[in-house]
Amino acid sequence: MARLEINSVSKAFGAARPADGLSLAVEPGEIVAVFGPSGSGKTVLLRMIAGMFEPDDGDITVGGRSVVGAPPERRGIGMAFQNFALFPHMTARDNIASGLRAKGGSSDVAGRVAAISKLLKIEHVLGHTPRELSNGQKQRTALARALIGNPDVLLLDDPLRNVDAKLRYEMRLELPNLLRRGTAAVLYVTQDYREAMAIADRIAVLIDGRLAQVATPADIYAQPASVAIARLFGDPTINLAEVSPVAEHGMLSAEVAGARIRLGAADGATPAGQWWLGVRPEDLAVSAVATDDAIPARILAVTPMHEKAVLLLRLADGTEWLAALPPDAPQGAADDSVFIRFASDAAMLFDRATGLRIGSSHRLKAA
Amino acid sequence: MEHSSLAGRIFRGVALTLILIFFMFPIVWIFLMSFQTNEQILRIPPRILFEPTLANYEALISGQLRTAAGNLQISFMRNLFNSVVLSSAAVLLALLLGVPAAYAFARFKFRLGETIAFTLLSFRFAPPLLVLLPLSLYYQELGLNDTYFGIVWVYQLIALPLILWIVRGYFEDISPDIEHAYRLAGHSWREAFTRIAVPLAGPGIAAAGLLSFIFCWNNFVFALILASADKQPVTVGALAFVTASGIQYGQIAAAIVLSVTPTLLLALYAQRYLVEGLSLGAVKG
Repeated sequence: MARLEINSVSKAFGAARPADGLSLAVEPGEIVAVFGPSGSGKTVLLRMIAGMFEPDDGDITVGGRSVVGAPPERRGIGMAFQNFALFPHMTARDNIASGLRAKGGSSDVAGRVAAISKLLKIEHVLGHTPRELSNGQKQRTALARALIGNPDVLLLDDPLRNVDAKLRYEMRLELPNLLRRGTAAVLYVTQDYREAMAIADRIAVLIDGRLAQVATPADIYAQPASVAIARLFGDPTINLAEVSPVAEHGMLSAEVAGARIRLGAADGATPAGQWWLGVRPEDLAVSAVATDDAIPARILAVTPMHEKAVLLLRLADGTEWLAALPPDAPQGAADDSVFIRFASDAAMLFDRATGLRIGSSHRLKAA
Repeated sequence: MEHSSLAGRIFRGVALTLILIFFMFPIVWIFLMSFQTNEQILRIPPRILFEPTLANYEALISGQLRTAAGNLQISFMRNLFNSVVLSSAAVLLALLLGVPAAYAFARFKFRLGETIAFTLLSFRFAPPLLVLLPLSLYYQELGLNDTYFGIVWVYQLIALPLILWIVRGYFEDISPDIEHAYRLAGHSWREAFTRIAVPLAGPGIAAAGLLSFIFCWNNFVFALILASADKQPVTVGALAFVTASGIQYGQIAAAIVLSVTPTLLLALYAQRYLVEGLSLGAVKG
């Protein structure tokens, strides 16, 4: 049982700053996904924890003890690599057992290897060398190797990146149970927001070496701290429109493509200048009937995607929005004129200058 | 391959045979010469069929060279022994020094690293004769002239750069993550080097070792200048066959066969380690 704590850690490679004052704590038994676009510093963070790089600044502690400067083998860390990094000249069994044998003392190496490989469903390939394994089996072997020593901290560097889509889906379901077996503090790096939301208790959004938001998956989706985060989560991505809202009788409203739209209670926020209005595609409703709070639009294309239909819409001012509708909803066809509406609580407002969500500044500071 | 036509297969067979004959002919001819007397060799036209004789080998092994001008003492077996000792010792020393150095150059960036690596390579650029005069003066001063150690040391000029640069490439091809994974599993830096890096670079180390063995074995000038008769390898020893009464082609051929044998055996033995692809499939495929 050990808590992983990262305290204002910074690292620079020349002009690049892949870690810029990062602070994050992971409780024992908790899974935190580190999510961000490529090049945002996710892997560098993991490698600093694992001891492949040392941070320029700040401290990393496991169970209250600093691990900075300690060699990797003394940090009590298990890691699964994106490229698997199996030992090619050893069988899967020896790969998995290498950690137990190194520490010595473990009496029942064979028994523990058997147990973990049963859990990961690779008992039948234990005698194979890595090049005889499929990518999925390689990944499971690498996971078994990382898990078997019951490390205090488990680092998973985009482990599902190189496995096929079906397997990725299976593993997304399996992994949370596997990872929660022990009491390890788990950091899970991924570039796939769905994976982060499926697996993690909390998501740490890393953008340009800084943590932009740390919150539960539901919170991040519903209350993204900034427009950049809102765009990273969700497929199709969030619709944005430039607005300059005004307050009337305590209610905010704004003009979107010629239509005046109610945006809910002002909440003491004074509308000042240039904001972004963000609405998720699945919060849009499309109908052929005009109402006073509907935005007129024209359907450009309809993409049926079986579980939903995605409509590409053009508003009167040329802005293109996407709507994700249930497949059985009336949709219309390309070139139809329609009216789109959304509930006022589905509207998210962001400051256009800073990108931060209006009314979320306190939440940002807490993160 | 299985679908190729009959004509294609015949053509490939013929082409292979022609190439094989072209490359193997000198070797086969020398092999045949080693079982002939000088008269048989020099007869015109040469014949494939002859009465084989072991006289050449006998002369080499007994050290008695019978020529028209009388008996000559030659120390061919001594030379052969010297070649084996000098080349093996030189390659062993070069592996001991070169493999860790190659690892350092492959894995770590350090001040002047590239400069040092290139300087070591540049030893191969200079013509050996250019280095020899100052070297022999130094050797006389240091008392290294005509010692096994002195020659093994100077052979490092041949073996070390070769091993360093070949093995470095192999180390660079190994994903550092494999070593990281091994260390995280609880092994020290030294264990990661000896149990992961070295075995995975094994084919490269074997190839580099074999190549530098061959280059050391075939070296001529260093030993000619820096060693006297009892320390000289076969390459220098073969000069003895050019005698006052003529060139002993039969003995030269036998000497070549004998001196090629150790390298050939080594190459055959090392061949299975030269097979590449051991590291394929270790990282994402």
